[in-house]
Amino acid sequence: MTEISHYSQVWSYRTPRGRLALWGAWLALVALFVFCWQVMTKDTIWFFVTDAPRQAADIGNRMMPPRWSYLPELWAPLWDTINIATLGTIGGVIMAVPVAFMAARNTTPSARILRPLALFIIVASRSINSLIWALLLVAIIGPGLLAGIVAIALRSIGFVGKLLYEAIEETDANQIEAITATGASGAQVLSYGIVPQIMPAFWGITVFRWDINIRESTILGLVGAGGIGLKLQASLNTLAWSQVTVILLLILATVVLSEWVSARVRHAII
Amino acid sequence: MTNSAYPTTWRRPPQIIKNRRWRIAFQLAVLIYLVLAISTVDVNWSRVYDGLERGQRFVMGFLQPDFESRWRDISQGLIESLTMTLTSTVVGVAISIPIGIGAARNLAPRWIYYICRSIIAVSRALQEIIIAIFLVAMFGFGPFAGFLTLSFATIGFIAKLLADDIEEIDESQAEAVRATGASWVQLVNYAVQPQVMPRLIGLSLYRLDINFRESAVIGIVGAGGIGATLNTAIDRYEYDSAGAILLIIIAIVMVAEYSSSYLRKFLQ
Repeated sequence: MTEISHYSQVWSYRTPRGRLALWGAWLALVALFVFCWQVMTKDTIWFFVTDAPRQAADIGNRMMPPRWSYLPELWAPLWDTINIATLGTIGGVIMAVPVAFMAARNTTPSARILRPLALFIIVASRSINSLIWALLLVAIIGPGLLAGIVAIALRSIGFVGKLLYEAIEETDANQIEAITATGASGAQVLSYGIVPQIMPAFWGITVFRWDINIRESTILGLVGAGGIGLKLQASLNTLAWSQVTVILLLILATVVLSEWVSARVRHAII
Repeated sequence: MTNSAYPTTWRRPPQIIKNRRWRIAFQLAVLIYLVLAISTVDVNWSRVYDGLERGQRFVMGFLQPDFESRWRDISQGLIESLTMTLTSTVVGVAISIPIGIGAARNLAPRWIYYICRSIIAVSRALQEIIIAIFLVAMFGFGPFAGFLTLSFATIGFIAKLLADDIEEIDESQAEAVRATGASWVQLVNYAVQPQVMPRLIGLSLYRLDINFRESAVIGIVGAGGIGATLNTAIDRYEYDSAGAILLIIIAIVMVAEYSSSYLRKFLQ
């Protein structure tokens, strides 16, 4: 009785049943993928797809060399773009703060009615991209910077609101209790107990959103909401690919710069 | 021995910028910027006033969405969006796994590391919409261009987070597997894969969610999907259909968000 023969000689990570289930899950995924692929490519014209490398080379040829003399015309739209992002962020944050306080479990005035409403505002704002907001607002209030600013602001509510309400829920309850024990009113508890705790998070979130908004506001002009995207749209419509290169490089430089600024500021705060 | 110098009220000290002069300078700078910025935004208030009536119609359309009259276009757009989302996520994740492994400093040699990191940087720096414009110009209108756009954007997202995750694995487990004489492939399979798999699945589900949202946007520049339908509806001033489409998008995003968070909890 020295050897134990009923043990498996080869070690394996999962039981046979587990392996079968895993295999079935993979099979289902592959089958779903193939099915979706068939549905999606039903109307694809394969001639265009095989022709794509030639088209790419053609566009590449037209884009080079960049037309640098176009650059001076871009400073004013760039200023507009930065204004859209900054003013939009300010507007969004102003609207997001009350929503966040309504959504946080520990500060909400009524958990039954206002909290679900605030959560719905957050989800609705988050699930609709700023470009779609801009599309709607351009149709409603007309093309221009205002539509872009409002679109950015509406999109920012969800992002800032969600992160801020999570920060509010994570505040230290002991400090709030200490303030309450001094006989502070509700507003005083808010001002001395909660606000100091969420201040670093608040500035971090705001700067982070500003950085994202710079990125998003560069393309809002595609639907007519002002900024450098308008120039991009105009150049694309006239097939001026050498101007497109200049615009794209400028957008890239702006985005990289804003990312650097935001990283520095967040590093300094937190 | 008077107590009169002792303050009777307490003022909360500033938290962010502690130096008083800097604070004032900062506030002044913000004020000047705001004045400059707002003065360059010229708003055509009569146009805004005219638009209010239209805005009211849009809100009414949102409250009474019309799913029926354009249902064929909407369902077509939805099918395109959903299939595009799934295929692009699968393909994007499949491509980003080797790139993610290559971009992890503890698994890849230096030159592969730099190549993979630069692929990630390029994919992350370019916006989906801009990529979509180019791919539509190359591949023609329709969901195929959208599929390529979303796959490309997925690579930057998944590969970066996967690489960062691989760099943070527990090294002692990798060393234990290495000590048994395992080859590089065995090392990846037995030491790295079990540690990063739950997170990779979570990230893929999250990206599925993002890709659906993005698929609603890239349709505006002609890359197929529900965005194209939405664009058409707004161009025709059919706000009730547009409201219906937006409600469907919100509903799907909510379902995706809740089910993916549930699935992630279940898998970990």
